[in-house]
Amino acid sequence: MPNLPRKKVGLISCSGEELPEGTVTRRAVRKVLETLRPDDTVTLCLPLFLAGGEGERAFARYYPTISVDGCDKRCAALATEKYSSKPLASIVVTEIAKESGYGAIGTARRLDESGLRLADAVADKIAEETDRLLKRKPKDTTRRAGREGS
Amino acid sequence: MSGTRPKIPVVPCSGIGKSLGAAAREAAYVLVEDLRPDKTRIVALSLLVLGDEEARREVAGGEAVAIDGCKLECAAKGLACSGAAKVHKIAVFDVVRRHRGLKPEGVCDLNEDGLRLARATADEAAKIVDEVDAEGGHA
Repeated sequence: MPNLPRKKVGLISCSGEELPEGTVTRRAVRKVLETLRPDDTVTLCLPLFLAGGEGERAFARYYPTISVDGCDKRCAALATEKYSSKPLASIVVTEIAKESGYGAIGTARRLDESGLRLADAVADKIAEETDRLLKRKPKDTTRRAGREGS
Repeated sequence: MSGTRPKIPVVPCSGIGKSLGAAAREAAYVLVEDLRPDKTRIVALSLLVLGDEEARREVAGGEAVAIDGCKLECAAKGLACSGAAKVHKIAVFDVVRRHRGLKPEGVCDLNEDGLRLARATADEAAKIVDEVDAEGGHA
């Protein structure tokens, strides 16, 4: 086992390079890691599951994880389960986008304003799930931290 | 030329923890969208990690370009595990050594040096693409 602090949640984004929703997963996970829940989360690199990252596999086996996928192929959730252990929470960007009525969000290379707002919404959802898994009272993420870079 | 030759798959690493991973991702976009749009296409590494059949078919048996941020070479390994016949490796950590003045920072938003590093990486990848294309080895 890697020597990691207890009570951390591992975040695994698909980072899908072909779709703008993949870019949303990256931005959302980074916002949670850097701004919303920096003391409660770590990121796990999805490709390392395949490339032999034993630390990644061990973490996901013994600690709670949240998969964040861009589309319904759910690469992050399914690959994590395949190589390590089933994530305790699973978020799919296209589902949040549909529920919240997002339309075009830019390109995989550059998200537009709508895409950046969607990333914020996904980040809030990840923070909410993090609190749930750690059995903590939810914090008000929307007032504490505005959009990155704004 | 019929213009129907298959495009060369380009797979960047999905590194989310370091600037060099972000530069690898940006380099893939520079290569595929700006430098060689008619010869290359991106294949998502996450699909290869999952073992997605369609993604595997796109890379199996041909030549492909892996752009990796760190020495763990996840993209190159992902391509090899997916049946690529030959993997051409570009390592951002090697490119940055050849451009010692660059200090890349940021992950979601690379700084100017990060974008320059991505461009330099893409330039090196473009040369490989041209060689592969000239040999016709990707078909």
